[in-house]
Order: sequence, then C-alpha cells, then structure tokens
Amino acid sequence: MIADNKIEVRGLDAWFRGTHALRDVSLSVPRNTVLAIIGPSGCGKSTFVRCINRMHELVPGARQAGKVLVDGQDLHARRVDPVDLRRRVGMVFQRPNPFPTLSIQDNVVAGLKLNGIRGNSAELVEKSLRQAALWDEVKDRLQHSALSLSGGQQQRLCIARALAIGPEVLLMDEPASALDPIATAKIEELIHELRASLTIVIVTHNMQQAARVSDATAFFYLGELVEHGSTEQIFTNPKEPRTEDYVTGKFG
Amino acid sequence: MRRRITNWVMTGLCGLALLVALVPLGSLLWLVISHGLAGLSPDFFTALPAPVGETGGGVGNAIVGTLYIVGIACAVGVPLGVGAGVYLAERGDTRLGDAVRFTAEVLSGVPSIVVGIVAYGLVVLSMRRFSALAGGMALAVLMVPTLARSTEELVRLVPGTLREASLALGVSQWRTSLMVVLRTALGGIMTAILLAVARAAGETAPLLFTSLNNQYWNWRADQPTASLTVQIFNYAVAPYQDWHDKAWSAALVLLLLVGALSLAGRLASRSRLR
Repeated sequence: MIADNKIEVRGLDAWFRGTHALRDVSLSVPRNTVLAIIGPSGCGKSTFVRCINRMHELVPGARQAGKVLVDGQDLHARRVDPVDLRRRVGMVFQRPNPFPTLSIQDNVVAGLKLNGIRGNSAELVEKSLRQAALWDEVKDRLQHSALSLSGGQQQRLCIARALAIGPEVLLMDEPASALDPIATAKIEELIHELRASLTIVIVTHNMQQAARVSDATAFFYLGELVEHGSTEQIFTNPKEPRTEDYVTGKFG
Repeated sequence: MRRRITNWVMTGLCGLALLVALVPLGSLLWLVISHGLAGLSPDFFTALPAPVGETGGGVGNAIVGTLYIVGIACAVGVPLGVGAGVYLAERGDTRLGDAVRFTAEVLSGVPSIVVGIVAYGLVVLSMRRFSALAGGMALAVLMVPTLARSTEELVRLVPGTLREASLALGVSQWRTSLMVVLRTALGGIMTAILLAVARAAGETAPLLFTSLNNQYWNWRADQPTASLTVQIFNYAVAPYQDWHDKAWSAALVLLLLVGALSLAGRLASRSRLR
C-alpha cells in the first residue's frame, strides 16, 4: 500500500435489497487531490461515496463486501465507530439540507452542538463561513433562519457545516446539480481552495465540471468501475470505448 | 359557458357547506356566552363554591383542580405518547411496532368512561380513595394513543435528508432522533399535544369516579379534587336555577381555559427565527 493514499478501496461490492449496486470496485485517492466520479444515473456513484463514510449501511437492506481504507485503516474494523468516522469524512448532499429550525450560525456549528461539544463558536462560525465563501453574504444576519438563504447560499452553508467539524475527507454528491451557474462557479472555486487541506471525492453529472475541478476521474457504468485515470487522460484519451462514448455524449 | 356555471355552482356549494359547518360552532359559542357571561365576576374565578341558597361563590378550586389533573395527565401522557410516536416512526417497521400501533388504535377507540372504570379499579381501589392522581392517570391513558399516532405521522413527515445531514455530521442516531427529527416536527407535535390537552380538559366521565369532586381547595395529589367538568355536571343536573346559571358560567370558563392553553402553547412553540 502506498502511504500517500488517503482513501483506498479494494474489491468493493454493495447491494440494496435486491440490486447489486457496485461490482468489485478498486481505486485509490491520493491525499489532497480531487477525484471526480462520473457516469449515468443509477450506475452506483452515490452508493460508492456513501460507502466511504458508512452511510450506505443505514439504508434498510443494504449490504457490502470488500474493503474501504481511510489512512490505511479498514473502515469495518471492529474498533471503528461509524459516528467518529463521519466526523473525519464529511459529506455534502445533492440538495441543500440545512436544519430548518436553526439559525445560520447554529447550522454551521450544528455538528458540534448536536454532539454536546462546546467551544468558541463565534470564531469557528466565521472561519467555516469564510472557507465556504459565504461569510460576506451572511455576516450581518447570522441569527436569521437558514431557510432565508437562496439555494446556492444554502448549499454553501451545508459545506460550511461540513467543514466546521474539521474533516479530512469531503464527499460531495452532486453538490451543484440544483444550483444556477453562478452558485456552481462559486462552489467549484471553493473546491480548488479546499484541496489544499482536504481530500475530495465529488460525484457529478456535469462533465465540464468534472474536467474543471478534478485531478483524477473515475467512470462508473452499471455498478462497475469502467475506467479510472487522470482527468486529462479520461477526457482526451480514454482507453475504454464506453468511456469515450460517455464523455463525448454518445450515450448516457 | 357550462364550465363556468359548474364552477360557480360548486364554489357556491362549498361555501354553503362551510356556513352549515359553522352554524353549530357559532350557536354553541353564542349559547355558552349568552348564558354564562352574566355570572362571570372576579369572584367566580377565585372563590370556593357557595352552598345552595347563598348567592356568590365561584369555581376557583375547580379551575385549579382541572389544571392540576390535566397537569398530571400531561406529565405522564406526553412523554409516553410522544416517545412511543418517535419510536414507531424511527424503528416501528417491526412486529413490535405493528403490535404497538394496533394497541394504540384499539385504545383510542375505547370510550372514556371505560378508561375511567379501569382507573377506578387500578388506582382508586388500590389507594382506597378518590384522588387527582387517579383522574390524571385516566386522562393520560386517553391522551397516549392519539398522541403516539399523531407524533408518528408528524415525525414521518420530516424529510429523510435532514436525518442524513445530521448522521453525516457524526451525530449519533439517538441524538439525531431527539435533536433534529423531533425538533423539526415540534410545531406539529405541539398542536397535537394541545388538541389532546383540550380533549382531556373537557372529559367528565372518567373523572366522575376517579378524582370525584371537592368543595374546597386541594393541593394534594392523593385527595379528591374538583374539576370544571364535574362541577358543570353537578350544577347542571341540580334542580336549582341558580346552579344552572353557574353551570353555564363554568362552561364558559372551561372554554376560556382551553383557549388560553392553546394560545400559550402556540406562542411558546413559535419559531423565534426570522
């Protein structure tokens, strides 16, 4: 095993009640890089990222086999607590999902507050919101409801919320699919900045986005990892015909 | 043209249905207010009932008693009902969940007087006295099944994405249930609690042989306790015009009390965020 791989996946299979969602997937993500996952709907992209923070196992009837390692540690080793793991591996979802009963400020520190951890929250709120490029827009109304924000702002709030617990890995499941181009551009910019301190896995339907933000790209089809390589290679010189058809828009 | 006429007629019919539905409500309010308003005075809220033939007196002890008994019912019934509802919504897709759900359904169909008899048998006979506690228990049993079912429905309405958001932040399952899911459903649950409280405060039958009645102030849970509903019942069946008037006034007080409780509950659970 190469020491500098933040995430390492070996022979991962995953099932929902009847369907075989992932078939024998193996790949690794080096530290402080961005991996983009592309592929048509239902190809197992979301399931794949949800295996990395053990959210997959929360779905009734879900099952998995194979190994996922973060920092060389098997996530299914007996001493790994999924609750602790999720503080190291943060997640941003497709649709912005701020807590509607909490203020903007309380949303940011929700990960700590809900766990009963106290601390200097004002400082953390500002730092996290600045990281998520939202501070200037909300600094005068931190006490307002999170629902008073626009969709793009809500999504950046969710990113700030994920960053506030200090994760090492950030999983993003189509974070910009419900957003307009301006908000999308802001989030992509953000990914560029976050790479300095985090390892990021981003699922996207938008090929241009994958090309813009990622170092490496993995193409999934029907639960299989078809091709995995540097983003440049996948988009300019794919080895597999199926990858070429997909990135050139012939199917999918 | 035909479509517009149909539209017009249907709108008219719906409006008519609304008016017809409002008639009983309006006449009830009118009747209670017109009969009861004359008897209201500061004394009526604070004084003890006067013996037959004496003028004046009030239902102060019955107001306190109703609040006391309903308070006991809430203290027992709300945590049980809401807790069971959260369990059913979060973990209820099992055989145990189905059994609890079925029991709650059967229980919510049991007439309140039957619940009263059971409370009489279990609490009153074993304590060898009528008490506020027995009355509170009877009302709690009435509250639990409806509260559990409505809490379950409300918790199920909370989007799964919020639960996921919380779990993905490394918040444990039980904290997520309690602090995210329940917190989000709280407004609706508050309404369900208020409806249950209003219903409990208006019950007479289960109190007749549990908390009985009391002519005096009572602050002890193990003593017979006056309540507005039983007081109204006693006044209404008595052969004195003076008591009939008091029954109307006490009924008005009960309406005001339930209204005030609802208002307070709504204000307390209203979101403070802009």
